[in-house]
Amino acid sequence: MSAIIENNGAADAVESRQSRWLTFDILRYDPADPGVAPHLRTYRIEEADSMTLFIALNEIREHQDPTLKFDFVCRAGICGSCAMLVNGRPKLACRTLTSSLPTENTLAPLPFFELIGDLSVNTGKWMRGMSERLQTWLHAWEDEVDLRKIEERMDPDLAEQIYELDRCIECGCCVAACGTARMREDFVGAVGFGKMARFRLDPRDARTDDDYYELIGDDTGVFGCMSLLACHDVCPKSLPLQTQIAFLRRRMAMTGTGL
Amino acid sequence: MHEIIAAQADLADRTIKNSWPAWLDILQSSTGLFLALFMWGHMAFVASILLGETAMWTVTKFFEGYFIFGKSHPGLVSCVVAFVALVFVAHALLAMRKFPANYRQCRAILCHAKAMRHEDSTLWIWQVCTGFLLFFFVSAHLYQMFVWPQNIGPYASSDRVWSDGLWPFYLTMLLAVELHGGIGLYRLALKWGWPNAPRGVLRTLKWGLTAFFLVLGLATLAAYMKIGFEHGGHYGERYMPDWAAAENTSQGDGQ
Repeated sequence: MSAIIENNGAADAVESRQSRWLTFDILRYDPADPGVAPHLRTYRIEEADSMTLFIALNEIREHQDPTLKFDFVCRAGICGSCAMLVNGRPKLACRTLTSSLPTENTLAPLPFFELIGDLSVNTGKWMRGMSERLQTWLHAWEDEVDLRKIEERMDPDLAEQIYELDRCIECGCCVAACGTARMREDFVGAVGFGKMARFRLDPRDARTDDDYYELIGDDTGVFGCMSLLACHDVCPKSLPLQTQIAFLRRRMAMTGTGL
Repeated sequence: MHEIIAAQADLADRTIKNSWPAWLDILQSSTGLFLALFMWGHMAFVASILLGETAMWTVTKFFEGYFIFGKSHPGLVSCVVAFVALVFVAHALLAMRKFPANYRQCRAILCHAKAMRHEDSTLWIWQVCTGFLLFFFVSAHLYQMFVWPQNIGPYASSDRVWSDGLWPFYLTMLLAVELHGGIGLYRLALKWGWPNAPRGVLRTLKWGLTAFFLVLGLATLAAYMKIGFEHGGHYGERYMPDWAAAENTSQGDGQ
């Protein structure tokens, strides 16, 4: 009997959650149509069980407004395409359960990146620029790689550490959350620091700390970071950005000063 | 000379490794650390008034070298003030580099902090605002202490606080200094990763220390105001414990 009551209680809870109506005020703007100023447009949808923000946006686009622009590819927090400002904070739409949201919400595109339209931004353009600037690729010891040679063994713990930093999906949440980047557009951002820390760990990379100092040893790099650490707090992959940035700062300070 | 020409052509970084950014970052942090620790020490000395006029007089005279040379040398205090002023100016100059420099940057960071509702970002805004206030308040305070170091003592300080009407000045400076220093030390720990404690622990410690020094500072200010109020009729008179007064008298008789 008690089990039935409990089940009924759970069913009621599910029903009450399903019966919730969510309001989304979405910032609409199309740079290709500058005559229409940025404005908020309100949409209401009924919440479903296990609904993500990504599903809610699709619901809106399919049934209410086919002109709404937003990005998605993987729907599983891997591609990093669906990052947006949810109630002022950068989040991945596909990883945000609507049950974690209040009934009244605002959605806006990620700042800092080139706006394509509505909630869609071109993070790829900025990420490519950052990647070229910081040379975020392996700089091999030899000019010519002998593909017939067996690779050097790597300590599993080290491989794990590298993998941990390699989990970055370049969604842009850390940059959008960064107060320094919001003020200074040439700031490298946590995504860049994460990549530097990753290559610095890799024994296959021939670069020294002097080389890394040339890339991030100034106020647009690690010394410009004011340690507000919103990057760490909003990272959807929970990367250890706080400790990595502090580590890079110590290393670069020692390298730069020769202490 | 070629370095200047290269710098003007935006090619300085291609000629030699520029160690300045690293030095400036270390200097900003180390001057901030020094000033924050000095501030706590300073608060401890000033708060000696809570133990009585004689305790505060003893601390004052210690720094004037009275117990070493047998005579007060307020100039010693001026020397310390001059050194602190140098560190303060260096810290202000270095920290200014991080301030928002124009309307666009101001609006960007303010809107960002407000919309994000992120504690550490908001704390930084407080750090900037209190730092800006301190440019003026600390400069005025240091100048006063540098020029008139002899006016530090249980009655002299109390007269300044109450009869000269400077208590609102000290109250504002106290709030700004404690907030700025507390946030600054917390940020130093995050910046350099030492002490390597969880952020929640560091934040609790920071608020605990800020609350402690604020309470201590307010109690100290209240004590000076009370003494100043009671001593108002004898404005200008200096405090001296009985034993020191007797010693001075006997020395005078001997001469």
